[in-house]
Amino acid sequence: MSGAALENDLEKLAVAARGPGLCKSLLGRLEEILDGREMRFMEVCGTHTVAIFQSGLRSLLPKSITHISGPGCPVCVTSEKDVSFFLELAARPDVIVATFGDLLRVPGPDGKSLRHAQAGGGNIAIVYSPLDCLALARSNPDKKIVFLAVGFETTAPTVAATVIAARKAGLGNFLIFPCHKLVPPALLSLLEKNDNGLDAFLLPGHVAAITGLEPFAFIPADFQRPAVVGGFEPADLLLALCRMAEMLATGKPAVENAYARVVSENGNPRAREIMDEVFEPCTALWRGLGDIPCSGLALRKEYEDFDACKRLDIYPSAMDKPRKGCRCGDVLKGRITPPDCPLFGHACLPSNPVGPCMVSSEGSCAAFFKYGDV
Amino acid sequence: MADNILLDAGSGGMASQRLIKEIFVSRFDNAMLNAGDDAACIANAHAPLAFSADSYTVAPLFFPGGSIGSLAIHGTVNDVSMLGARPRWLSCAFIIEEGLPLATLEAIADDMARCAKEAGVALVTGDTKVTPKGACDKVFITTSGIGEIYANPPLSGASAKPGDAVLINGVIGDHGLAVLAARENISFLSSVKSDSAPLADLVESVIEAAGEVHVMRDPTRGGLATTMNEIAAQSNVCIELDEAAIPVSADVSAACSFLGLDPLYLANEGKCVCVLPRKYAEAALNAMRASKYGRKAAIIGKITAAKPGKVILRTRIGGERALGMLEGAQLPRIC
Repeated sequence: MSGAALENDLEKLAVAARGPGLCKSLLGRLEEILDGREMRFMEVCGTHTVAIFQSGLRSLLPKSITHISGPGCPVCVTSEKDVSFFLELAARPDVIVATFGDLLRVPGPDGKSLRHAQAGGGNIAIVYSPLDCLALARSNPDKKIVFLAVGFETTAPTVAATVIAARKAGLGNFLIFPCHKLVPPALLSLLEKNDNGLDAFLLPGHVAAITGLEPFAFIPADFQRPAVVGGFEPADLLLALCRMAEMLATGKPAVENAYARVVSENGNPRAREIMDEVFEPCTALWRGLGDIPCSGLALRKEYEDFDACKRLDIYPSAMDKPRKGCRCGDVLKGRITPPDCPLFGHACLPSNPVGPCMVSSEGSCAAFFKYGDV
Repeated sequence: MADNILLDAGSGGMASQRLIKEIFVSRFDNAMLNAGDDAACIANAHAPLAFSADSYTVAPLFFPGGSIGSLAIHGTVNDVSMLGARPRWLSCAFIIEEGLPLATLEAIADDMARCAKEAGVALVTGDTKVTPKGACDKVFITTSGIGEIYANPPLSGASAKPGDAVLINGVIGDHGLAVLAARENISFLSSVKSDSAPLADLVESVIEAAGEVHVMRDPTRGGLATTMNEIAAQSNVCIELDEAAIPVSADVSAACSFLGLDPLYLANEGKCVCVLPRKYAEAALNAMRASKYGRKAAIIGKITAAKPGKVILRTRIGGERALGMLEGAQLPRIC
C-alpha cells in the first residue's frame, strides 16, 4: 500500500474512533464490565492527559474510575538541574540553543525561563523537528547549535538520525544536550517505591509504537497490574479502559495492545536500531522521581563529539532543588492531583508558573487549569 | 527606480516622492489621495463613525491565499465592519527595510489595491519610511480605517444576552495553518489556504436580514476560543459551544491532529462570529450562506447565564470541558 494511501486509511480510522455512537456504546460496555468496581488507572503520556481532557471523556467516565496522570510529559520530568543548564547554554554568545517550543516557558530555580533569556538577547531557535537544526548549523558556521534533546522513545530515534546525518554531512557545529528519558524504568521506579493504589496502567501509544510491548511485561508479571497500550481518540481510550476493566474483573493481568492500527507487538525495530547506534542507556535525573538507573540516554563514545557538555567543557552543576512550595514531583508520581497543590491556580498559573507541570502544553496542571474548571 | 528600495526613498526628497507616486498613488488612485495633502479631507462622513487600527508584521510576506497586503486591507475593513459599520476610508503606513526588492513592494501594493476595490474602500492617506537593514523585518504595514455606523445601536462585545445564538460564517483555522506551513516549510500542508476576505457586505446582509444583532467579531489572533472568551468576559455571560457544529475542513483537522494544534486557537482572517437572539438565527444563517464568504456558515452555540465569564465546549462525544484562553502562542507538541 502506498504511503499516502496508508496515511489516508489511518486518518479514516482515527476519524471513526471519534464517533459519538461508538463512544457511547463503549462507555456503556465499560460501565457493565466495571459493575460499580473502582478502577484507579495511571496514564504516562502527556498526549493521553490532553486527549482525555480535551475530548470531554473525563467528564463522561463512570464515577468509580479515577484517572491519574503520571510522569508522561517529557518537559515536566526535566529536572531543575537540567533547566538551569539550558539557561547557562543560552547565555553563551557562541551558542544558538535549538529547542522544541514547549521548553521555552519552563522556569528555572529563580523563575527565569528561556523566554526571558530570549528577550534578554539570548540566541534561541524554536524547531519543530531536530532535523531543522542541520540547516541552522549550515547557515551559522561560527556558532554552536545546541539542541536540547528532550523527549521519550518517540523522539529519540529522530534525534539519533539527526546526529547520524550531521556526521555524514561533516557538520561539526551541531551538538546536543541529551535529556532523553525512557518510560519503562520510570514505571518500575513508581511501582517499586510507592504504592498509590494504582490498579492499572494506560501505556503510551507513541512510545509503544517504538518499543513494542515487551519492555512493559514486568507490570503484570512482577506487579500483577493490567497494562494496556492505548491510542488517542476517545474510542481508542475507551477500548483500552474496557480491556483494563476486563482484566481486573477476571484477575488475569497482562500487557495488551488496544492500538493495533499503529502499534505492533514488536514495535519499530529499525527506529530502535538507529537509537541504539547513537545512544546508550544511562542513569537519568527525573523531576520528582530522582535518579533512575538505565532510564536516560547518553551519546555513545563514537558520537561523543556531538555532546555539548564535552565539547563546551561545561556540565550541569546547579542544585536540584524545587522552587519553594512546588509539588510538581508529587503530581508526577501520581501522589496528588493538581488541585491538591496549594499553589495551583493561585501562586502557580500559566501566566506565572512555578513548575513545569503548569507550563507544558501536556502538563497535568496545565490540563487541569485549562480544561477542568467547567 | 532601482531594483531595491534604498534609504533615500524614505527621506522625504525626490526619491520618496517617486516611490509614493509610482508604487502607491498610481495604484490606490482616488481624489483624496491624489490631492497630495498632508491629510485627507473627508467632507461627507455620517456619524456615528467606527475607527480602527491594526499593524501587520506577518512572515512570510506571501502565503497561499494571501499576503501582508491583502491582510492589511481585510483586517482593518473587517474590524470596522464588526461594529455594524460600512468601511469607507483607510490610511496605510509602511515601514520598509532598505534592500527590499521593488517587485515585492509592487506586488504588495497590487494586492492592497485589488482588495480595497473589492471591499469598496479608498486608501486616502499614508506614510512611508525606510529603515536601515535589520531595523525591521522586510516590511511592516499599519492601516487604520473609518466607517459609517448603520447599526442602531452599534454592535458591541458587551451586548450578548442569555438566550442568544452564536453563529460563524465558515471553517476555522485555515489562515493560522497556512501561515505556519509557509513559514516553516511544512510541505504536506500545501493545500491549506488563508481565508483572508472582506466581510463588510456579509455583515451588512446579516444585520439587515436578522433585524436585531448583538455582537459581531472576527476571530483573528488567538482564534475562535479567544474571541469567545473576550465576549463572555465583556458581556458577563456563559457561552456554550457545540464542538460537532463548528466547521473545520478535513485538511485542517488532520494537520492539527498531527501537529498537536487545536484549530480553535488558530487565527482566521475571513471569519466572523455573530451573536443574536435565537429567533433570528435562521434568517442570519441564510443571509451568511447566500454571501460569497459564508457558504459554510453554521450555528455553533448559545449564550446562557449559567457560569458568567466562562466558555464551555460540549465535545463531539457528548462530554464537556472548559474552553479557556491560552497564555501565549500555541506551540506544536514534542512527541
